Amino acid sequence: MAQKQLLLGDEALALGALHAGLSGVYAYPGTPSTEITEFIQAHPLTRDRKVHCAWSANEKTAMEEALGMSFAGKRTLVCMKHVGMNVCADPFMGSATTGANGGLVVAACDDPSMHSSQNEQDSRFWGTFALVPVFEPSSQQEAYEMMRSAFEYSESRGIPVLMRLTTRLSHSRAAVQCADDSDALPQNALKLPKDERQWCTLPANARVRYRQLVQDYARFEQDAAESPYNRLQDGPDRSLGIIACGIAYNYLMENYPDGCPHPVLKISQYPFPKELIVKLSGMCDRILVLEEGQPLLEERMHGVFATGVRVSGRLDGSLPRTGELSPDCVRQALGLPANKEFPASAVVAPRPPALCKGCGHRDLFTALNAVMKKDYPQGRAFSDIGCYTLGWLPPFEAIQTCVEMGASITMAQGAAYSGLWPAVAVIGDSTFTHSGMTGLLDAVNEKSDITVCISDNLTTGMTGGQDSAGTGRLEAICEALGVDPAHIRTFEPLPANYPEMERILREEIEYHGVSVIISRRECLQTLRRHAKK
Amino acid sequence: MKQDIILAGVGGQGILSIATVIGSAALSQGLYIKQAEVHGMSQRGGDVQSHLRLSSDPIHSDLIPHGAADMIVSLEPMEALRYLPYLSPEGWIVTNTVPFQNIPNYPDIDKVLSELQRLPRAITLDVEAAAKEVMSPRSANMVLLGAASSVMGILDPAKLRDGIRRIFSRKGDAIVDANIKAFDAGLKLSGQCRK
Repeated sequence: MAQKQLLLGDEALALGALHAGLSGVYAYPGTPSTEITEFIQAHPLTRDRKVHCAWSANEKTAMEEALGMSFAGKRTLVCMKHVGMNVCADPFMGSATTGANGGLVVAACDDPSMHSSQNEQDSRFWGTFALVPVFEPSSQQEAYEMMRSAFEYSESRGIPVLMRLTTRLSHSRAAVQCADDSDALPQNALKLPKDERQWCTLPANARVRYRQLVQDYARFEQDAAESPYNRLQDGPDRSLGIIACGIAYNYLMENYPDGCPHPVLKISQYPFPKELIVKLSGMCDRILVLEEGQPLLEERMHGVFATGVRVSGRLDGSLPRTGELSPDCVRQALGLPANKEFPASAVVAPRPPALCKGCGHRDLFTALNAVMKKDYPQGRAFSDIGCYTLGWLPPFEAIQTCVEMGASITMAQGAAYSGLWPAVAVIGDSTFTHSGMTGLLDAVNEKSDITVCISDNLTTGMTGGQDSAGTGRLEAICEALGVDPAHIRTFEPLPANYPEMERILREEIEYHGVSVIISRRECLQTLRRHAKK
Repeated sequence: MKQDIILAGVGGQGILSIATVIGSAALSQGLYIKQAEVHGMSQRGGDVQSHLRLSSDPIHSDLIPHGAADMIVSLEPMEALRYLPYLSPEGWIVTNTVPFQNIPNYPDIDKVLSELQRLPRAITLDVEAAAKEVMSPRSANMVLLGAASSVMGILDPAKLRDGIRRIFSRKGDAIVDANIKAFDAGLKLSGQCRK
């Protein structure tokens, strides 16, 4: 019996995976992807079927673990936010060479408009780059259904599938028609790859395999042209033809409640179905390309798929070059009159996010400012990704940099070598185990003159409080990496402890080697949750 | 028939429980629903909003177009004004009047309230006081939902009460009753707080 459930796009994808016989999810939390793994962790099928669902240390380890599961013949899902793709780029590119044995789906959730991210990246590029097919659902229902198709496709073509979502699908709920849990497909049995050669990417093997992959890619393109997820529908007004990728299709249809008068090509499976694109171009005077993210197809329309037809989109100013699409900007690009609206209010002030009242990061920044601003104004604090990045904002303005996961320790090291002193790093516990440990090893080997503050709130805070890989073992990890135990210091960040905190910070800044200060107090959000239990 | 609602507030105020109740009621009525929300960094004391769309016909966009919202429902008065361009010329604003002042440059509250009063259709009330009055101090968001239900054509109050029962039943009868009382208080007050 089918039933309707109200699900986020992330949750629909997760349920689709479980119902398609998933054996394991591997992930590191990151907005807007986190809810995929959390849904799987909480689902009864996961317990009954012993589906792997523990968080990984980072996206690279997650991707590799999943690759191992695929090698063993099982269906597996890797989840991350778009920048996680950079972290796992090496095994992801490698997985195109090894291919997939058990179905392997990599879900990348992009965040155009940077609601909670440091950049805009369109993960569809990875598909073209790695020669891997990409699925891009346009609705929650499609997200649910596509998981099964993606696993089947991955196994039938022996290739990983990249599943691309964006914020507005990941974090939007809709009623999804889904199967009962009792009708979930059985999990795959352990089954080794038919040809194990391609799983060892020695040049001799990789060359053979890469030639094969390039041939396969032409096949993927043909599959996309025949896919039920890519649909060319005709319309009476051929002065304009529209190509809508992923959720852009919804913004198009929103503006034509009685049906679109123009021919439309809806794309949700890649490589781009060249055949259909050329066909549409031949039918219409002008093509408008709607794609959430970067103008990947639009650029091709000018080059690779050039048919001489006039092309509009993000590159000619019809649509904004940056940021996510909306029904309104698509409406404008379609040349439809704007809706009547109230003018924006002049009294409204911005309300940026802020650290919670009483948060331990606040106390660390207060003490750090008391030391740095007073005694070491020439010094700099290099920081990292997490709630504590908000320490850049007033009233703290305690940190000066944030680039990507782990860059605090390594940038401090480079700056210290260049003569900057004091060079302080501020990094969270989960970010430290994600990508900070190897940088600390470099610093130890070089005897860098840096002071590393690990702001340990015992959780992965910014994404809602997931387990942090090094909880309870940070001192042991730092010592094992070679930091002198005399210079691994710990304090509890509380106003009552400011004198002690400032003294320790001063002492370790004055020590001309690698020191690690662990500022440890539980995240207030997880503390509240634990208290309720 | 459709109802497009912008839910607004400050992270932690409880707009998502309002969305959950409406969503449950809509699903039981066989309505189409889409609800886009913001997670992540903006939870922390920043502005939060959710686009909630209900319709008897399939819904395409997860986002509400400008000038199309039938209602802005806000737990904070300045946050209600933030989304004004989304409001349809015939739309309602239903908002709490008590400011949440966690920024140094929060505008003069009288200016905020008088701008709300200048709008053609607004229901403004102190939802926290109303919740305390009926001994349900933690259900201020349900007071707001009750007030909004008076102008929400697509779902009648009885269906929303059923939604409250379903969503809060896990937490026991006392919690369900407190939320229903708060909802009814908001519904009752909506008449006199309307302009």
